[in-house]
Amino acid sequence: MAEDLKYAVEMRGVTKRFGDVLANDSISLAVESGSIHAIIGENGAGKSTAMNILYGFYAADSGEILIDGQARSIQNPGDAIRLGLGMVHQHFMLVEPLTVTENIILGSEPGSSFAIDFKQARARVRELSEQYGLRIDADARIEDLSVGQQQRVEILKTLYRGAQILILDEPTAVLTPQEVVEMFAILRSLRDRGKTIIIITHKLAEVLALSDRITVMRDGRVVGNISTREATAEGLARLMVGREVLLRVEKTDAHPKDAILVVNNLSLESSTVHGSLNDVSLEVRAGEILGIAGVEGNGQTELIEIIAGLRPQTRGEILLEGKSIDRLDPRRRKNLGIAHIPEDRHRRGLLLDFDLAANSILGVHRNSPLSGAVLLNEQIIAERANRLVREYDVRPPNIALPARALSGGNQQKLIVAREFDINPKLILVSQPTRGVDIGAIEFIHKKLIELRDAGAAILLVSAELDEILSLSDRVLVMYEGRVVGEVDPRSVSEEEIGLMMTGGKR
Amino acid sequence: MKKLLRELTFPLLAVVAAFLVGGVIVWIVGDSPLLVYNLFFTSAFGSVDGIGYTLFYATPLIFTGLAVAVAFKCGLFNIGAEGQLVAAAFATAWVGLVAPEGWPAILVALLAMLAAVVVGGVWAGIPGVLKARFGAHEVITTIMMNFIAAGIVSYLTQYHYRKQGDPILETLPIAEMKDGVLTGPHIPRMHDLLAPLGINFPERLPLNLAFLFALAACALVYVFLWKTKWGYELRAVGLNPSAAEYGGISIARNTVMAMALSGMLAGMVGINDVLGYRYRYYDGFSAGYGFTGIAVALLGRNHPVGVLLAALLFGALARSQLFIDIFTNKVSKDWVVILQAIIILFVACEAVFRMKSKRSG
Repeated sequence: MAEDLKYAVEMRGVTKRFGDVLANDSISLAVESGSIHAIIGENGAGKSTAMNILYGFYAADSGEILIDGQARSIQNPGDAIRLGLGMVHQHFMLVEPLTVTENIILGSEPGSSFAIDFKQARARVRELSEQYGLRIDADARIEDLSVGQQQRVEILKTLYRGAQILILDEPTAVLTPQEVVEMFAILRSLRDRGKTIIIITHKLAEVLALSDRITVMRDGRVVGNISTREATAEGLARLMVGREVLLRVEKTDAHPKDAILVVNNLSLESSTVHGSLNDVSLEVRAGEILGIAGVEGNGQTELIEIIAGLRPQTRGEILLEGKSIDRLDPRRRKNLGIAHIPEDRHRRGLLLDFDLAANSILGVHRNSPLSGAVLLNEQIIAERANRLVREYDVRPPNIALPARALSGGNQQKLIVAREFDINPKLILVSQPTRGVDIGAIEFIHKKLIELRDAGAAILLVSAELDEILSLSDRVLVMYEGRVVGEVDPRSVSEEEIGLMMTGGKR
Repeated sequence: MKKLLRELTFPLLAVVAAFLVGGVIVWIVGDSPLLVYNLFFTSAFGSVDGIGYTLFYATPLIFTGLAVAVAFKCGLFNIGAEGQLVAAAFATAWVGLVAPEGWPAILVALLAMLAAVVVGGVWAGIPGVLKARFGAHEVITTIMMNFIAAGIVSYLTQYHYRKQGDPILETLPIAEMKDGVLTGPHIPRMHDLLAPLGINFPERLPLNLAFLFALAACALVYVFLWKTKWGYELRAVGLNPSAAEYGGISIARNTVMAMALSGMLAGMVGINDVLGYRYRYYDGFSAGYGFTGIAVALLGRNHPVGVLLAALLFGALARSQLFIDIFTNKVSKDWVVILQAIIILFVACEAVFRMKSKRSG
């Protein structure tokens, strides 16, 4: 009995089925009280489903959940909150124009039924913020806060509601390297004050640095339960993917040739610093990968979208193989050989309700032989889609499925397949591996290197510094819409580039 | 086929549930639900007359249901089908009224049909352009265009094209019976169409060629939306404008095109009423076809086959209205309107059911 009591959360034989898919197959895990417990696995491994069951979003088909040693029925998030659970989602659930305090008390406002006791609420928010070192101004508006601060507001919200067990879904996905360090310190301090923390992630380095214990999931099952002290990155990757995985990018030196893309003095005026570009010039040559490092929101999105033709620049010119493409729409640019892997595949890259075949022609759907004068050529589209799905290992390989049914990694592979199939001269790549599982990351990196070696010019933007440094042949650093310097990815230290990314050194 | 059945399950359930609730209402009012159900089925489907009228009432709803569906597939909510069909119907009659005497009736009829389609398309295209150019919301602008259409058309009918002394607000006729033959621009009734095939369809029924146009429109809309590259682009814009833009698809052009197509379909109601039935423009001829079209599209899941089935149901309800009113003691014809409302309510509930079923798997 005493053994049992030290577990804050236990799930025993929890099974959940969505239609034909077994999302959780009799999973069992135990989270020690006062520890940081990581749940890792590729996309679609079932980790989010398990946590959503724990938090009451989904009802399990079978199995039981114990909180502090007691079997509990959690029917909805309200039950979960009453039992001391708190969840911080990957996408924040905050009302932007409201203040921190207003957001935190939303749904559990103190005071009488007619008036809200703001004074009491504010005092409590301040107290909690200080107690756990969150450093949040209770009166700041959410829209004025950085992403890292917003995340801390989410944590504060769970604490305000009395959470003893915090579940964080991919908490570092949106943070800069500096913010990650800060976040880890906060999580450790929460643990040291007796809170239990469950984090869902797929980043191995973070898991190893932060957690006490690790549960590995694959295909809806728990495939490993390891103490972090005994874990290695290679071992975890093998468990997650089910085979040996290459964690490092293997590539030879680049042999760049003629300049494919030349950008001269590109500027974009915007009402905010975020989203403006100031006199950006760069050149990408055939056979090289030019990486752009920078904290998200410093103009990288705008730069890529302007080159792709999705938004107009205020000043400056863009040349492809020496010819101006400023006046061309996105389709004409694509036909000239500009492929684009957009940063947000749900917003830009895919039509989630269209099937894979329909998604495989987006952007080239007017080209012969995919369509004739009037009709789409369904047979040729299907043949091509089947070939792409096979060559790029998109799973499940059923072109009649809606894109929505695929995991993030497979959705990305579909986009990569579509874009690379046009034999691009220039590839604009934005966050190519965001929310993508290890197996697919390895695959996409390998493809990028292949295309580079075949003579494509590649412009790469990523929030993952590791990715930029390991893939790129040259790296530019952007800060507040400017290029603040160029570094050699082979010799630069993470501290040095981190400082440039935050405007510390020009 | 299996997919189609799965798609149809929910609307079908909604209809059945609505009939049950409608029965309860009849019972509360103090009449026999079975009698009302019986009246509904026999009046709408129990005789050639019944079927003929059901199809006739369904015809404008097929057009407006398709109109709403096409706009919806592009992510647009066309609430202005009513104004579009009113403007189009007047234009249809107007061509018949101003065409020179000597022109052959068939040519004038073709021009009148063209006018219906073009005017409907333009009337809806204007909100499309306003949306594409200035971001003016189509719900607001199409409603405003409804009032503008009604105003202009009533004015023209009242002061320019009405027969002197006619107490009814209607234009002069464009076709009239002369020596037992309908002379002037019109389209044939089903009686005349089926006679060469040896089928004796009653002459008194107003069902006409426009019904076949409506069936053809269903097929064409299907092919357009799902088989052509333009349909692909239109649906892409409707599902995710950002992704469509990324794919080199013009949001503005598709917005205008979808609205114009929607209006053209709505405008074809004018062909049914003016060229196939009344042979004049009668102000107030539309029993809210444009608005019922929204319900038809909703029930039919914005799919041409669904729209066709939903329009037939609503046509049947319209046909049975009078019979239920007359042959029951306490139930008035408003029961049909209540039933329509309940159907829509249940269909609209679908999102709630979907969410629940997702939670429990």
